[in-house]
Amino acid sequence: MEYHIQAPITKETAAMLKAGDYVYISGTIYTARDAAHKRMDETLDRGETLPLSLEGNVIYYMGPSPAREGRPIGSAGPTTASRMDKYTPRLLDLGLGAMIGKGKRSPEVVDAIIRNGAVYFAAIGGAGAILSKCIKDSQVIAYDDLGTEAIRRLEVEDFPAVVVIDSTGQNLYETELLKYRKE
Amino acid sequence: MREIQASQITQAVRDMCIEANYSLSPDMRQRFETAADQEESPLGKMIFGQLKENLDIAQQDQIPICQDTGMAVVFVNVGQEVHIDGDLTAAVNEGVRLGYEEGYLRKSVVRDPIERENTRDNTPAVLHTSLVPGDQVEITVAPKGFGSENMSRIFMLKPADGLEGVKQAILTAVRDAGPNACPPMVVGVGIGGTFEKCALMAKHALTRDVNESSPIPYVRELEQEMLNRINGLGIGPGGLGGAITALAVNIETYPTHIAGLPVAVNICCHVNRHAKRIL
Repeated sequence: MEYHIQAPITKETAAMLKAGDYVYISGTIYTARDAAHKRMDETLDRGETLPLSLEGNVIYYMGPSPAREGRPIGSAGPTTASRMDKYTPRLLDLGLGAMIGKGKRSPEVVDAIIRNGAVYFAAIGGAGAILSKCIKDSQVIAYDDLGTEAIRRLEVEDFPAVVVIDSTGQNLYETELLKYRKE
Repeated sequence: MREIQASQITQAVRDMCIEANYSLSPDMRQRFETAADQEESPLGKMIFGQLKENLDIAQQDQIPICQDTGMAVVFVNVGQEVHIDGDLTAAVNEGVRLGYEEGYLRKSVVRDPIERENTRDNTPAVLHTSLVPGDQVEITVAPKGFGSENMSRIFMLKPADGLEGVKQAILTAVRDAGPNACPPMVVGVGIGGTFEKCALMAKHALTRDVNESSPIPYVRELEQEMLNRINGLGIGPGGLGGAITALAVNIETYPTHIAGLPVAVNICCHVNRHAKRIL
């Protein structure tokens, strides 16, 4: 199925999406990758509040290339999600609604996705130029010193992604390759 | 002795960092076209379409094909009859600094692997120099993204493992890489040498034209067989299933020790970037 959905994402939308669905995401999403996740985790360890509310929000694992003059952002494709696996269950338990990245997730993350009715989307890896066209605004909201790894608030319009792991734990990476496997 | 100024090397490296990140070489582009036609999965075909459009947009808008503009791997073959006026390493790093700044490329290098403070200019490069006969300097710039670099492997096989062991090593590396390495990928393989030599061959193999095959008959057959078998894994474009998982398998070999059979598999995403110039 193909859907146009809004971010932040509601529990109802997350529950409706099934592995293999193709979505166009519009609204507000946030970027965070390795260094930002580490910092958020340390912030939580200290009992402090995160620089963004997680409730229903979508985190995009992405560190852009610099924007040319007059443009909101440079090339902006997904990075490998598994590097964030160590930190992800905690964020999901705090209300994170969905993640956009590429590549496999750990069993712990899949469990946390099911437990919290969340969803994991994949964007096309290495398609940073085309994906940048869907980003209409980009503002650094935290950790500016991390450069490309800072947390950014993005306004996106019809950002294309595939549901890879749905809220029931169905995993497109595991099911789809079997159809084409000859080896 | 032919004189080459260090500043000429800086200029060439700067230009190639930008060029390699904005547009793929013609051989890669051509391979995209043929592979897209061979893809069986509807979603895979659609992804190929988007990847081709992505290449067009990058070129038109002069922005990087992928936001991971890599760590700059630079091969410099220096002719023995050349005198470089200046510091070669500094010249290469200055070229990287200028290219990544002026080309709006991402700065992805940290100064120390544990402390992890970004150097903010993507230096230093990883520089491999060789002395070769002649009076020219050949420079290859190959920016390497880490989504695929992280999925690369070294196997120290036993001689008894033989060719079958090599095949299984390559398949294991690609199977484990799966969707993480941004397929369709290019697979660089080094067989033989020592621990570091096979890794370097695997990296160097990625800079070879994807339409060229190994000059050694059995290696050429191995390249073809492995391409077919990797595509038989079903991983597909984006890892979302399909008949095309790899665009090419490039293999280099070298003599090795009686006790060993090292195999390195350096995986590159579909943004297999390399630019070459001769000064």
